Amino acid sequence: MEEADTEPPLVVRDWGRVGGPGGTGTDREGGPGGARDQDIYIQTLRKLFNESHGVFIGLQRCEEELAGKSRKAHLVQVSKNYRSVIRACMEDMHPGTTTKSETRPCSFQVSILSAMELIWNLCEILFVEAAAAGPLLLRLLDWIRLHVCDVDSMVREVLSSENPSKHKLFWNVVDVFVLQGRMDEARHLLSKEASANPTSMSMYKVLDDLMMKMPLGNTQTLTELELKWQHWHEECQRYLRDGTFASNPHMESICKILAGDENAMLEKKELLTTWYHFLVTRLLYSHPTVKPMELHFYAQSSMDLFLGEESSPEPLDTILMAAFEFELHQVIKECSIALSNWWFVAHLTDLLDHCKLLQSHNLYFGSNMREFLLLEYASGLFSHHSLWQLGVDYFDHCREYGRVYLELHIERIPLNTEQKALKVLRICEQRHMHEQVRSICKIMAMKALRNNRLGSALSWSIRAKDAAFATLISDRFLKDYCERGCFSDLDLIDNLGPSMLLSDRLTFLGKYREFHRLYGEKRFSEAAKLLLMLMTAHIAPCSFWMTLLTDALPLLEQKEVIFSAEQTYELMQCLEDLTAGKPDKQKLLDDDVETTKVEMLRLALARNLARVIVKEGTLEGS
Amino acid sequence: MIKRRGHKIREGSQGSPQPITGPHPPTTAQGRGGHFGTTAARSTSVPAPPMAAPAPPSRSSPVSLRARRPPAANGGRRGRRRERARGGAAMEEVSARFVAQKISKARWRPLPAAALQPPDVFATGSWDNEDNRLSVWAVGELGSGEYLGEPQLLCDIGHDGDVMDMQFLDQERIVVASSTGSVTVFRHHQNNQTLSVNQRWEKAHYHVDQDTSCGGAACTGVICNNPEIVTVGEDGRINLFRADQKDAVRTIDNADSSTLHAVTFLRTTEILTVNSIGQLKIWDFRQQRNEPSQIFSLTGERVPLHCVDRHPNQQHIVATGGQDGMLSIWDIRQGTMPVSLLSAHEAEMWEVHFHPSNPDHLFTCSEDGSLWHWDTSTDVSEKPSFLHHGGRSTTYLSHSTINQSVVCAWLNNDPTKDRMEITNLIPNQTLSVNSLDVLGPCLVYGTDAEAIYVNRQLFA
Repeated sequence: MEEADTEPPLVVRDWGRVGGPGGTGTDREGGPGGARDQDIYIQTLRKLFNESHGVFIGLQRCEEELAGKSRKAHLVQVSKNYRSVIRACMEDMHPGTTTKSETRPCSFQVSILSAMELIWNLCEILFVEAAAAGPLLLRLLDWIRLHVCDVDSMVREVLSSENPSKHKLFWNVVDVFVLQGRMDEARHLLSKEASANPTSMSMYKVLDDLMMKMPLGNTQTLTELELKWQHWHEECQRYLRDGTFASNPHMESICKILAGDENAMLEKKELLTTWYHFLVTRLLYSHPTVKPMELHFYAQSSMDLFLGEESSPEPLDTILMAAFEFELHQVIKECSIALSNWWFVAHLTDLLDHCKLLQSHNLYFGSNMREFLLLEYASGLFSHHSLWQLGVDYFDHCREYGRVYLELHIERIPLNTEQKALKVLRICEQRHMHEQVRSICKIMAMKALRNNRLGSALSWSIRAKDAAFATLISDRFLKDYCERGCFSDLDLIDNLGPSMLLSDRLTFLGKYREFHRLYGEKRFSEAAKLLLMLMTAHIAPCSFWMTLLTDALPLLEQKEVIFSAEQTYELMQCLEDLTAGKPDKQKLLDDDVETTKVEMLRLALARNLARVIVKEGTLEGS
Repeated sequence: MIKRRGHKIREGSQGSPQPITGPHPPTTAQGRGGHFGTTAARSTSVPAPPMAAPAPPSRSSPVSLRARRPPAANGGRRGRRRERARGGAAMEEVSARFVAQKISKARWRPLPAAALQPPDVFATGSWDNEDNRLSVWAVGELGSGEYLGEPQLLCDIGHDGDVMDMQFLDQERIVVASSTGSVTVFRHHQNNQTLSVNQRWEKAHYHVDQDTSCGGAACTGVICNNPEIVTVGEDGRINLFRADQKDAVRTIDNADSSTLHAVTFLRTTEILTVNSIGQLKIWDFRQQRNEPSQIFSLTGERVPLHCVDRHPNQQHIVATGGQDGMLSIWDIRQGTMPVSLLSAHEAEMWEVHFHPSNPDHLFTCSEDGSLWHWDTSTDVSEKPSFLHHGGRSTTYLSHSTINQSVVCAWLNNDPTKDRMEITNLIPNQTLSVNSLDVLGPCLVYGTDAEAIYVNRQLFA
């Protein structure tokens, strides 16, 4: 059960075969939009993207709230949260959850994540926290301890053996502890050896004493520390000169290391594993009060000493070196080239920008580096079928081009279901992107129309306030009515409410349906009034007048008189307008049914007029 | 056993003196028809006992979503220790897990009739993924008050199309509605932890115009009352299936001219549907007519309704949630309009649920990333509550306790008597909470941020 807790191995050597997000470093500068973010498609990294999105939003929200000390503390906390997210992601990828076949690419991912965390941590110490001389070294030690962790498994192996001091790795473990400045643990191990070896007790005592007295700490001032350290250093060297440990080569080499002997440290190359470990150990025992600005000098020489002639620096080495040189932009540039994702540089740059470290730097394209990288990252998210929702918030925090990018990308989201359309619509509405809202609604309305869902189509066009489309759909409704003689989707048309006023045709549709309802409820006079109004107020399209007049027929033929004389005259005028408007030729083309209809109407109107004159005359007369 | 790191969500500020004044205290929309009950839901500021300080529904709160110990601080040893250190605290009741898929639905497995223990298994469905999945999860034992980690995946199975809705038919079978229009019954084999397809109705929902190759229409809602299954869809169709029959028992084509968004049982033969033009309809399967037996609607604005739930004991009380985030309470015995409109979320309310055994509590979640707990059970006679309002301090004393048990708090539209405590359970969320489910003391919800959350001490 302990396996799950071991640190993932740091396979920095794999770095050579990683391509930059843009393929090569050179064509990336061609402008935003072209690069493809390959890592976006890695399933196991989705957790990273989602979780860091939350941290990112949190960081943007508290933008200007904090000032001074608390601001810095908060930024460090944010940085730690980001690293925590990376670590959480690594833990998830760790063996135990995966089968054998998946192990290979997985461990590669873990090594990339691990390297990202390593770089991030260093940047946090140097840039975000900007540790001063003294605390700086302590932070660097933490950094090394956190990332060079082969020792933990070694320690377990040694301690779980029956006789730890006889284990073949015993001295290796002690050395690692010393190299990492973990004095208490080293002393603890040594005491085991001492108790097993009473003869050399005095020697152990001296070494133990030396290790215990080693001055380290953050409570004292720098000069105090320097003084104490100088004293302790001389003591170490005195023992070396006296040959106190001559009888035990292990202990002698430890003492040499304590005394800051670089050659003794380099002899432990396998245990140091990396040049930056060597750097930190060297600083610990030779220059504990190193100032940030002196770092690059030691870093460079440590790398040269450690790597020697035979190997050239890997991308990771270059990045770390750039960080030690406080070349922020170089760090970001190298990371962009070396990593196959934009996630890292985008978030790191954003954080550093919040630390106000990037202000002077403006690009000759786009607005600034932070925005450029965020746009790239968010564009990558948008190219993903599922992660696009995260991209929206990143675009929101790009002041200059974010909106344009969002507008362009959001229109390309495929809308398979109404639910998804609603979500996209909400994003657009919240940002007052009217053009996109219209376009989405139109797409959905068209889809509904194609599926013969007139009701849905109308709803969508009402939501978009798209009058032209509402007219189109209303015409479809009316056409359907003319063909079938009854309305479909009554529940919708009866409940149009104020949205009826969106287009003239829709108004007519609603009103015409109202006429039918009134007629159905036998409220004839109201129905007649409405029918007439539809024509005289020119709400009804001319093409529909004949239908309306035909609808008037049964009303004219009712036993009781419904249309008043005046209304009858108006109806007659409507009929005349309709027939007069038509050229003779077309009249001939019309079939007999049409002419019969007109004849019938004329007859009915005349009869009604006769009846109404009599009725009105008698009413007035009586 | 490998203990995984659980994510903790720190909620609110425990015991903080911060008054609960939401940025938009839910009030009645007064412009929406004058004769509605003016139920003014207020967030009362109770000088709460330290263990039950609710999180203020404040969006701008800078409280970090996650209060994590930095990894650097414990020198290379990760995870477990910091969990242990914070384990037993009562406020750490929410566990979360990122699942690398956007969650569209989350449902507790129903408990056997005689069960006393809290629910421990739930199912989730994903959406908008290239390969969507139906997954079954277990939450660990709570043990001796110690927290034992995030939900563990028991099994999962691929699902064709987005999971639009999901419902447990019984202890083993899950009915899933797909965006492809099919409805599938999955069986969860608990002995070997696998999922298999038990039954499928292909293209249960489809568009009439079938000259295109994919005529399926998304099935948006499903509800079961074993063995009956009712589904509704974007095609405005209502299907009634029986779990053991191959063909639909009853289909109502063109039941609705707009999209049907959700469905729930009113009684054994009657269902409630909500649609995208703001209507609530009752359908009675005993009637052969393909018409709703009753239509209720929001006046005027035709705001689409997205979810519906019925009061578990008093069947005439129905809650719906709309596109504008409004919560509507309806009394279907009277009128055609809601009894009260409570403005709640800022965006679409995706789900509303009465607590099944404690219906004075209601839960809603929304596209705006919030999840609200509505509590009408506040007993003022026990807790004197001080409502700070405009500088005045009014003490509400116990009111007509005789009536309280008779008149349901949800229908109580006398503003002076109304007492509703509203808590936002997610202070700092950004992406949509698509689904939630409550059972016993447990709440589960899933988000578009690809995370599932389980709160096991809802009423702590």
